[in-house]
Amino acid sequence: MTNNWTDIQNADIVLVMGGNAAEAHPCGFKWVTEAKSERGAKLMVVDPRFTRTAAVSDHYAPIRSGSDIAFLSGVINYLLSNDAIHTEYVRNYTNAAYIVGEGYGFSEGLFTGYEEDRRAYDRSSWEYEIGEDGFAKRDMTLQHPRCVYQLMKAHFAAYTPEMVQRISGTPEDKFLKVAEWVASTANGERSMTIMYALGWTQHSHGAQNIRSAAMIQLLCGNIGVPGGGINALRGHSNVQGITDIGTLTASLPGYLAMPTDAEPTLDSHLAKRAFTPLQENQVSYWQNYNKFYVSFLKGMYGRNATADNQFGYDWLPKLDTTYDALKMFDVMHKGQTTGLLCQGFNPLMSIAYSGKSVAALAKLKFLVSMDPIETDTAYFWQNHGEFNDVDTASIQTEVFMLPVTSFVEEEGSLTNSSRNIQWKWRAADPYFESRRDTDILADLFLRLRKLYDDEGGTAPGPIQAIDWSYADPMAPAAEEILRELNGRALTDLRDAEGKVVRRAGEQLAGFGEMRADGSTDGVQWIYTGVYSPEGNLSQRRDNSDPSGKNVYGSWGFCWPANRRILYNRASADPDGKPWSEEKAYVFWDGQRWGGADVPDFPPTSNPSLRTGPFIMTPEGTSRLFARGFMAEGPFPVHYEPFEAPVLNPMFPAIRGNPAARVFDNDMEIFGDAEEFPIVATTYRLTEHFHYWTKSVRYNAVVQPEFFVEMSHALAEERGISPGQMVSVRSHRGEVKGRAMITKRLQPLQVDGRTLHYVGLPLHFGFVGQARKASPVNSLTPPVGDANAQTPEFKAFLVDVTPLADPVA
Amino acid sequence: MNMDISRRRFLQGAGAGVAGTALGAFGFGGVEAAYAATVKEFRLFRTTEARSTCPYCAVACGMMVFSAPSAETGRMEVVHIEGDVDNPVNRGTLCPKGAGALDYIRSPQRVKVPMYRKAGADAFEEVSWDFAMERIAQLMKEDRDANFIETNADGVTVNRWPTMGFLSGSSCTNETGWITWKVARGLGMLQIENQARI
Ligand code: SF4
Repeated sequence: MTNNWTDIQNADIVLVMGGNAAEAHPCGFKWVTEAKSERGAKLMVVDPRFTRTAAVSDHYAPIRSGSDIAFLSGVINYLLSNDAIHTEYVRNYTNAAYIVGEGYGFSEGLFTGYEEDRRAYDRSSWEYEIGEDGFAKRDMTLQHPRCVYQLMKAHFAAYTPEMVQRISGTPEDKFLKVAEWVASTANGERSMTIMYALGWTQHSHGAQNIRSAAMIQLLCGNIGVPGGGINALRGHSNVQGITDIGTLTASLPGYLAMPTDAEPTLDSHLAKRAFTPLQENQVSYWQNYNKFYVSFLKGMYGRNATADNQFGYDWLPKLDTTYDALKMFDVMHKGQTTGLLCQGFNPLMSIAYSGKSVAALAKLKFLVSMDPIETDTAYFWQNHGEFNDVDTASIQTEVFMLPVTSFVEEEGSLTNSSRNIQWKWRAADPYFESRRDTDILADLFLRLRKLYDDEGGTAPGPIQAIDWSYADPMAPAAEEILRELNGRALTDLRDAEGKVVRRAGEQLAGFGEMRADGSTDGVQWIYTGVYSPEGNLSQRRDNSDPSGKNVYGSWGFCWPANRRILYNRASADPDGKPWSEEKAYVFWDGQRWGGADVPDFPPTSNPSLRTGPFIMTPEGTSRLFARGFMAEGPFPVHYEPFEAPVLNPMFPAIRGNPAARVFDNDMEIFGDAEEFPIVATTYRLTEHFHYWTKSVRYNAVVQPEFFVEMSHALAEERGISPGQMVSVRSHRGEVKGRAMITKRLQPLQVDGRTLHYVGLPLHFGFVGQARKASPVNSLTPPVGDANAQTPEFKAFLVDVTPLADPVA
Repeated sequence: MNMDISRRRFLQGAGAGVAGTALGAFGFGGVEAAYAATVKEFRLFRTTEARSTCPYCAVACGMMVFSAPSAETGRMEVVHIEGDVDNPVNRGTLCPKGAGALDYIRSPQRVKVPMYRKAGADAFEEVSWDFAMERIAQLMKEDRDANFIETNADGVTVNRWPTMGFLSGSSCTNETGWITWKVARGLGMLQIENQARI
C-alpha cells in the first residue's frame, strides 16, 4: 500500500476493483465503512461478481474478468478528453511534460521493437530525448506532439465508452458513472483510494492492470495525499515482509538485485545502477544503492567481507535465468530438480495446472515440508481417487514432514500490507515436538557446514564465509535477527567535519547512515530504524493520533523511515503549500518540511529548488510513460487473457499478452472458446484462508465443501438445478462440485454475444477436515504476467455440464 | 472501549462473589455455597496474556492470546483468543477467519513429530528429529556436490546450485524470512519463491 488501512477513512471516493475487501479483508474494510459514515464517502465496486463489497456499495458496475485494462483505459480517456485532470499535479509531479524520442511508436497493438520469436521487446526506443545538458527534455506547456501527455491522449483515444462496453461488457451508463466519480477527485480538494488484490494481479497482464490504476491516480493527483493511493490489500499475514526480504528468485533484501552472469564484479553490478538524475536538483535516491549493497554484504558475510574481496560479492550465486514458481515447476517437470524445501507452502494447491505439478513433484529425489499442518503437497504421492489419482508405488520421492511451531508459539515481527512492522510476543510453548523455522534452518545449515568442514566437497567457500555469529548458533533469537536486519556501525562513523555521529557497535537510526566503505552493516536497508539505538520500535504500542488524521505514527514502525503515506510531499503544491486545507498533510513551513507524517523528502530542501516529490526516480516525478521498465510496453494496452471467449476486439491478430512467457512457445496448452465457451474465475470465501483452513474444524464446519457458482441463465441453459453435482472441465483438467445458482453472477454482453461465467472458490483439496475436492488449479493455465509471472487464475475457459439427475 | 467492557465483565464476576457473601452474612450459608458452585470462575483468571497478530491475512489484526499450563503436558497452551482492543487498525474486531484461529492451533492436521516417507512407500513413518535432519543434510550435500556450478563457460565465478528449490512461506516472520534467505542463497540456490504471486 502507498497509504494504509486507517487512512482509508480520509477518502471521499473508494474504488474497489480486482478485490473483495468486505469478504477477504473484513477488518480492514471497516475503514471504508468509516469513510462512508464519517465523511459521506462513496464506494464503487467494479467486479464480475456482485460481491458482498458490491452489496454495500453506492455504485456497482459489472465487468468481464480479464478486461480491466480496457475499462481503466476508458477512464483515462474520459479524464484526458474532458480535461478532468489535476493539471498542476500532472505537469509538475508526473512525466507528462517529458519528450519521448522519435523512434517510439505504437501500431496494430504492438509498440516499436517487438521480436516475435523471443516474445519480447527491444525497449530501447521507449526513452526520453536527452538534451545537451545531459537532462531529459521537457515541454512544461504539455503541447509538444511527442510529450508524454500528448502521446497519452492519442494512445487512449480508442477506449471510448462504447469500446469499453463492447470489450468489458459494462453498460455504458454504469461505466460513465465510475468515470465521473473518479473525475470528481481531480482537484486537490477531494481524494480517491483504490483498493485491489489478486483480482488484478492474477492475469497475464496483471502488472499493467495496476499501472493503469496508478496512472488514473496520478492524473487525479491522488498519490501522496491522505485518502488517496494505490493500495494492495495483500494475502498472507507477512507477504509484504517476505517480499521485502526478497525470497524471490531475482531479489536481495530491500529490492536490491541479485547479481547476474553479465555482472562479473561488484563494480560492474553497481555501475549499472548509478541512477544519475534526469533533471537538475533531483534526489534520485537509488544513487545510494552502493551503500545499501555493501552494508548488505557486510551483514551476510561479516568480517569475511572486505574491500579486497569485493565484500564477498563472488560468494553470492549469480542468476542465469529467473525461476518464479511457474518456471520452477516447469524445470522440475523436465526432471532437472533434485530437492524441494516447502516452508508453509502448499504448491500442489496453489500453483497453476496441478496435473503438471504432481508429475513434477514425482520427479524429485526428495521433498521436505516444514509446516505446522499437513499439506496436500506433502501427500502428493498418496492416492485419493479422483482427487489425486497417482500410482504411489512408482513414486520414488522421499518425503519429510517436519512439525513447525504455529504463529502463537514463536515471537518475531511481521509487516502488514500498510508496511507497518509489528512485533508479536510468544504466547505458548511449542506444541508436540514442533520447532521454530529458524531453529530448523539453523540446524540444517550447521549440519551442512560441518559436513563440508569434515569431509570437504564442492565449493565449501561460500558456505564457510557466511556470518553466523548468533549468541546461540543453534537458536538465533528473533530480536538478534531484527537487529541484524536493521544494521549498525562497525567503526566510529564521522561526519564531514570529523565529528563522531555514531559509535562503533551502535545500531543505525536510519538508512541515511549507511556507508559504502564497509563501515556499516544491515541486510535490509528499508527497515533500518526499526531497531534503532532507541530499541525495538516494532514493539511500540502507542495508539495515539496526534494530528487527528488517523495517523498512528507511534504504533510499530512503518518502512521506510516510519512513513505512513509514501510520496507524501506530493500532498503540497510545488511551493510547498497544501493543495487544500482539507487534505493538508505534509508541507513546508518556510524552514522545514513537517506535518502529520514523516516527510518523504529531504527535510530542509527548499521548494524553490523544484526538487520533485518522487525522490526514488531519476526524474523526481512519477511516470505516466513507463519507459523500458515494463515488459509489454510503456503504456497499458488491452490484451485478452490467453484463454479468451472472444478475439481481441481491438487487435484481433494478437492472442494474449504478446510479451508474456509461454513455455516452449506451446500454445497447445490453451483451450479455445468453441470447446470451452464459459469464462471461469477463482475467488476466496470469507470463512477460509487459502488452503490452510480446510484443516481447521471451525472453518470446515461453516464452509464445508467446494461449489460452482453460476447464474440462473447458465443453469437454465445447461439444465442444472440448485445443489446438483456438475463437472467443470478445462483443457487441462476437471473438477466436480455442487451447483450454487445465484443472482450474483449475470451473463454479460461482450462483443455482440452473451457470455456466461462460473465462479470457483479455491480453498478445497484432498487433505483436511472439509469435504475432498480436486484442486481448482487442475483447471488453470501455466502462464503468468509478463513482468511478475503471477499466474492467470482469474480468467480462463471451461465448460460446465450436469452430472447426476437433477435433485427433486 | 472494548477494554472497558472486559473490565466491566471482570467486575461483574467479582460482584457475583460479593453478592454471595452478603447472602451468607444473613445466615444463608448453604445458599452461598450452592450459589458459589454455580458461578463459573472467570475463565481467563489464571491465564497469561500475550499480544500477537492474526496468522491469516495482511490486515494483521492485533490479537490478545490467553494461555495456561496444560493439565497433560504442563506446557503453556492457548485457551482463548480475541481481538486486540488497542490495535488502531482492527480495534478489537476479528473476522470469521481470525475468530477461529484457536482451532488452527489445535488442528487435527497438526504435524506432531517428524514424519518420513521412503521412496515408493505407501505411508509416512515417525522418525526422530536427528534422523530427519541428518538425512536431509546428506541428500542436500550429495546433490550440491554433484551439481553445483562454480564458474560459467566464460570463466565467471557464478557459485550457483541450480537443482535445489526453496518455497519460502509468506506467513513466516521477517526473522524467519531472513534466515531462509541467508541459508538458501548462502548454499547457492536460485530457485527461490514466496507467495507474493499466488
Ligand atoms: S482477523 Fe480476518 S481481517 Fe483480521 S487479519 Fe485475520 S483474516 Fe485478516
